[in-house]
This record gives sequence, structure tokens and C-alpha cells, in this order.
Amino acid sequence: MTERMTGGMKDFAALLETLVLTPSRNAKIAAMAAYFRATPDPDRGIALAAITRDLSLANLKAGALRQLTMERVDPDLFLMSYDYVGDMAETISLIWPAPDEDADGELPGLAAFVSDIETLPKSALAGHVAALLDLASPAERWAMIKLATGGLRVGVSARLAKTALAAYSGRDLAEIEKIWHGLEIPYTGLFAWLDGTGPRPEIRHGQTFHPMMLSNPVDEERDFDRLSPDDYQAEWKWDGIRVQLVIDGDRARLFSRTGDDISAAFPDLVEALGGRAVLDGELLVGHDFDPMNFNHLQQRLNRKTPAKSHIRDYPAFVRVYDMLFDGEEDIRDLPLVDRRRRLEAWMATHAGTRLDLSEILAFNDWDELAALRRMGAETHGHEGLMIKQLQSLYVAGRPKGPWFKWKRDPRLIDTVMMYAQRGHGRRSSFYSDYTFGIWRGNEIVPVGKAYSGFTDGELRDLDKWVRGNTVNRFGPVREVEKDLVVELAFDSAHESPRHKSGIALRFPRVSRIRWDKPASEADTIETVRKLIG
Amino acid sequence: MLATPQTIDIMRHRYGANCAGSFQPLAFGDRLAIGDVTVSLHPAGHILGSAQVLMEYGGRRAVVTGDYKTHPDSTAQTFELVPCDLFVTEATFGLPVFQHPDPMLEINRLLASVAAQPERCHVIGAYALGKAQRVIKLIREAGHDAPIYLHGAQEKLCGYYMDQGIDLGDLRKALDREKDSFRGHIVIAPPSALRDRWSRRLPDPVVCQASGWMTIKQRAKQSGVELPLVISDHADWNELTTTIAATGAETVWVTHGREDALVHWCRQRGLAAEPLYLQGREEDLSE
Repeated sequence: MTERMTGGMKDFAALLETLVLTPSRNAKIAAMAAYFRATPDPDRGIALAAITRDLSLANLKAGALRQLTMERVDPDLFLMSYDYVGDMAETISLIWPAPDEDADGELPGLAAFVSDIETLPKSALAGHVAALLDLASPAERWAMIKLATGGLRVGVSARLAKTALAAYSGRDLAEIEKIWHGLEIPYTGLFAWLDGTGPRPEIRHGQTFHPMMLSNPVDEERDFDRLSPDDYQAEWKWDGIRVQLVIDGDRARLFSRTGDDISAAFPDLVEALGGRAVLDGELLVGHDFDPMNFNHLQQRLNRKTPAKSHIRDYPAFVRVYDMLFDGEEDIRDLPLVDRRRRLEAWMATHAGTRLDLSEILAFNDWDELAALRRMGAETHGHEGLMIKQLQSLYVAGRPKGPWFKWKRDPRLIDTVMMYAQRGHGRRSSFYSDYTFGIWRGNEIVPVGKAYSGFTDGELRDLDKWVRGNTVNRFGPVREVEKDLVVELAFDSAHESPRHKSGIALRFPRVSRIRWDKPASEADTIETVRKLIG
Repeated sequence: MLATPQTIDIMRHRYGANCAGSFQPLAFGDRLAIGDVTVSLHPAGHILGSAQVLMEYGGRRAVVTGDYKTHPDSTAQTFELVPCDLFVTEATFGLPVFQHPDPMLEINRLLASVAAQPERCHVIGAYALGKAQRVIKLIREAGHDAPIYLHGAQEKLCGYYMDQGIDLGDLRKALDREKDSFRGHIVIAPPSALRDRWSRRLPDPVVCQASGWMTIKQRAKQSGVELPLVISDHADWNELTTTIAATGAETVWVTHGREDALVHWCRQRGLAAEPLYLQGREEDLSE
């Protein structure tokens, strides 16, 4: 492709279609690289932000688009269509009445599209968007709606998009990752550097989020045989939220794993911090560094500004386990043992009342560690263990090898399928979202929903079973015969007044389908209550 | 078995000469009295020979469409609008999200992809009866006259269409050929063969599927289709609603597909409409 494209909606829509439909990772990378090469600034930067899901327009929400569509299309037909298609943007793009032949005009480029929507007064917005949808093909409508509402799912992770940037420019992926979170849409400086026409963008490390290093689950069968216990350190795995603390003098910010700034929900924590560092740790709530139930943390997380009583009853703290920057110095290229030494020294002067150092557990061999893991789960309710290679550098992403998580064994209960609902996206033709229940006296009450844990083959079987055993339909939901027993695995159980059973499960997933087991042998509420805590 | 002569021929080709107890051919437009009812067949436009059935009794007229489409197709007789009092319509694509584009636009996308990727082969999943011949004919009408390779299951009916005077150009067997000889070419196979061992003979194929379902991107993705072609032998939403209105029918029974939406549409317009649920019809991606 030698000709430069226009940055138009048509090219972007074509790129998205390729990304959705091509099964090959390399073909996706090639398609993105070709697009970045052929598309001018700032349009390519807008496209990049959409693909990495960093773009979100405050002015135009999915609800407004839905409203706009329902004004033109019979609402009942719209809802039936949505139930069938499973994706709001695609439903709107397909159902939008085809424009008159003489509809005249041109769609804006991506950047112009975005800036129009962000600057137009609310009163003019609906008319503007409707006029654009009239001009567009279904594929272009879909592209515009996804640009406006965010949440683009085209089978491309942010990581793969950055890999495409690396492929396009010949720059090192790790270098791109390092500066990524300090960059701003539409990434003009980044593209200039990638094109070799500008310097590497300068990032103020003390103020930005840095992508985290993640662990892989241990494969008990294979990993322990080939790993030497002397090369690893172990810590408890905490049932909190992974966070990054960016402390810059008297200003501190708290980021979630995905780089969302969640400082506002935890003023008690961030206001108590000082010094200069970027730290990695687990956000927990509790008094005197004694962590409380995850539910309390969840309550605080869900609020933009916390209630005074929450701050008093559930004070936040961070159990720190790693250090990325010591002052302004980037220490991510030092081995973990050295980073840990730096962290301990820094904590000695700056820990205060809200930071607590994660304990390193002593063990001589893997069997000893296994015993520790069992004891921790049984007597302290620990989630499991983290196992980290002492020489590991701090690498963004989820590299295979240096860090492992070794979760406690999941808890299992036998439940009965009660309801099923069609999935979305790739699973939109399958009944893939299930509600499961347990016995309370003579009735079955819902205890949790699960969408995962089964193979594609099992999904087909479950889907077929649901279609053949439907007793009732409520819109998109089917109620099924209370006949199928499914073993659910989950991480923990908690009290929940919102559920009819009074119990909420964390991370429930299908463990086994018990085609063999009669529903009468499913678990009761009494047995499940014993697993709370 | 009462049917058009071409339908009888096709049934014999597919299911054997004695697949029905006896056949009684009825040409389009001929009227046949069965008791007090007069029966006649009228083109449905779905595939070659496909018919709607008009039944007249005591001055009242009922039409059962079977599968139909109204947009032009040079491999089938053109749909005939038959005014009636009771209209029994299919509803395969009975949701307003189904608005089929001009099939020639889809063929142009296919040919552009073939030209852009000469090192790969394009294999199109198309139902052996009707869809395969239509796609081939459209490809010919777009000016592409290179040989097209056929899966064994496609040969017999393509031969029949040719015998009926529908020129499908240079068709060849895909059997026993060098893998490399498919590069840059188009192969037509039943959808079920696309993910079967059969397709291993093809060099890095671009999997295409010609079907009305390809409108929904996630459906295409789900079936492993890289290049979806929205080409259908069934009426889309606009054709369904336009046809219902044009028949003048006051009563509409809806079957074979998304009955609910079409029934809703009819009732909004004051028509007496009912869903007619038939057993044994589940969604079929090959349609």
C-alpha cells in the first residue's frame, strides 16, 4: 500500500472488520501496522486509543444512542433484535434505517468525529449523530458507535496493539511499554518517535502509572520438578486489590492494575503517604494491618467519595511487596532481591501508618511450602501463595517463568441449574450465562452465576440441554427444569443480603457438569454456609 | 408429490428416482382442481423451480410461500406476487437487522480479496442446492471467468443447472489436484466441509461463507469465517414486510424463523397474524 489513506471512517471500519474476523495474530499485527503506516496524525492516534480501549467520549453514551434509535425504529423490534444480535452497537448499526439515496455529505475523519462530539452542545448532539449514521454504511456506523462509546472488542489486547506499533516501527516493545502510560491521545509524539522524525517522548516517572508485572498460575504437575526452591521467595497471596502507589512528595496517587486512578476512593490512605517512590502492593482494609473481608474493600471501591463511617470502620492500607522507582531512579532492571533491599530501606523511613511490608516466608523445599499453603488456607483463610524468582527483573506484562501464583484449592459445591441466558460477543448464539441454585428446605434458591469453566464442547452440550429443557421464558432468560447438577468452584463465600440465599460466591465457575447426579443430591444452604469466611 | 417439473428433477437428483411414491408435475400458472379447491404454483424466486402454492376455495385465496426472495436472481424464476386473503410466509430473516446488501457488492469484495491475496485460495461455503449455483453465476456476471473448483457434493446440481440453460462457466473438480494449483483460485464447498479434513488440501484458504447470517459479525466469527458474504436466497426484513403488504392479505401466518418480530409488525398494522410453529426447524447457518 503506497497511497496514503484519508484517516476516514471507511478505512477504520475495514480495519476493525479485519481484526474481528481474521483468526491469525500475525495477520492482525500486519493489518494494524499497515493502517498506522497509511493513516495520518491525528486520526491514527484516535484509532490506536480506540483499539487499546483508552478512548471514551463523555458526551455520547450508549443509552443516548439507544434512545435515538428507538425514536426511528419500533422499540419492540429493536429489543427483539438486540436479544438476537447480542451487541448494542452492532444492533444499532444494522437496524438503522437505510438512508435515502440522495443523502448527501461526507463522513468526518476520526479526529474530527471525536472533536465534534466532544464540543457540540448537548442539544445539537442527537441530530448531529443521526445525520452521520444516515450517511454511513453499517460497518461505518458500527465503527462510529464503538469510537463514541468505547469498549471496542475486536480480539486485540492493548499489548497486541503495542506489538503492532513495534512491528510497524522496528522499535522495541519493552521501550514502548515503558513510556506508554505517560502518553496522551492522539499520541502524536509517540508516532513521531516511531517514525524516526522526533525524539523519544519524555515521561515524568513520578507522576504516571507504570504497567505491572503479573504472575502465572503454578502448574503443580510440571513446574515444581524443574524449579529450584533456592531461586525463589514466597509470600502470602492477599485477598485484596493489586495496586500501584505513585508517591511524589506530598502528592500520592493510587492506580488499579489496569491503570485506573482510584485515589479518590481512598483519601485516608493517599493523604498519609510521603517520600518519593513507585510501589507495588495489595490494597486492603482493616485496623492495625489486619485485613478484613474483601466485601468491605469492595464497598469502598464502589464509591467515588467514601462515607466518613467507611473510612472509620474500614481504613485502607497497602501491603507493599515491590518497588519500581526509588526516588526518581528506575530500578525495574534490578533483580528482585536488590529491589526488595531498596524497598526495606525506604519503608524504614516512610512506612507510616498505612504501609506494611509483605512478609517473606521461610521454606526449604516445595513440600514444606505446600504444607504452609495448606495451613495458611485452613487457619488464616489466606488466598494462597506468591512465588517469585529472586533474580527476576520487573517486566511489564505476564512473562512466563519468573512469578507464580499458587492459589489455595478452590471450594466446590454441587448446584442445580436454574436459569440460562444467551452470551454476548462470540457466544451470542449460545446459552452460556447460567444461574445456579442450592436447596433451602424444599426449594432451590439462587446462589450464583457462572459464565466460564467449561470447554467449547461442553458449552454446546449445555446449550442443547437448555434448549431442550426450557420451562419458561422471560425475555432473553430461559428458566430450565431443575434437573441438571453442576459442580461450581469458587474462591470464597460471603454473607450477602442481596442474594436470596444470603450467600455470595467469589469468582464462581463451572468445575464439572454432573450429568450423572440427580438434583436431589445437590448441596444445601446449610453446607454452603459453613464455607463462609 | 405435486411439484414443478424442475423441483421434481432436483428431488430425483438429490434423493433418488423413487424418493416419492409418485410425482405429479404442475407447471407454473397451471390450475389443478383437487376437490373444491383449485391449486396452482407460482415462482417463489428462492431457487430454480421453487414455488409458492395458491389455493382457491369459494372465492377466498390462500398462499403458502415456502422459502422465497423477491430480489433478482438469474438462476431462479422471478418471484411472482400473488394477491391473497391468507398469506403464510417464511421468516428466516424476520428481524429488521437483516437488510441484505446488493449481492454484487459482496461479490466485488470477494474478487478484490482474491486479487489482493494471489498466494492464498478462497474457499466459499455455499449450500449445494441453489446457493452454490447463484454464487458462481454472480461471479461470472462480475466478469471473473477463471476456472472455479467444486467439492464433489456440488457437482451434480451444478450440472443440472447447466442443463437447464444456466451457464456457470468453467467448473472443475477439486478432487486429486496439486495443493499449489488452487492458489489464487476460488473453490466452492458445502459449509460443513470448510472445517473438515477435506479443506486440508487447500493452501492457506481464506474461508468465505455466502449466507444471510453473515450480516452478524459475531456469527461469522463464531463459524470461523474470515470473509463473510451476505448473499441470501431468503427474503430480508424489507422484502418480507413489503411482500406482506403487497399481497393485500388480511391474515398472515408466520413460520420458519423469527416469527415473533414479524407477527408484531403485522399486528401493528392491523393484520391478523399468528406464529405457526413447525417442528424440526432449528437455525441453519447454511441458509
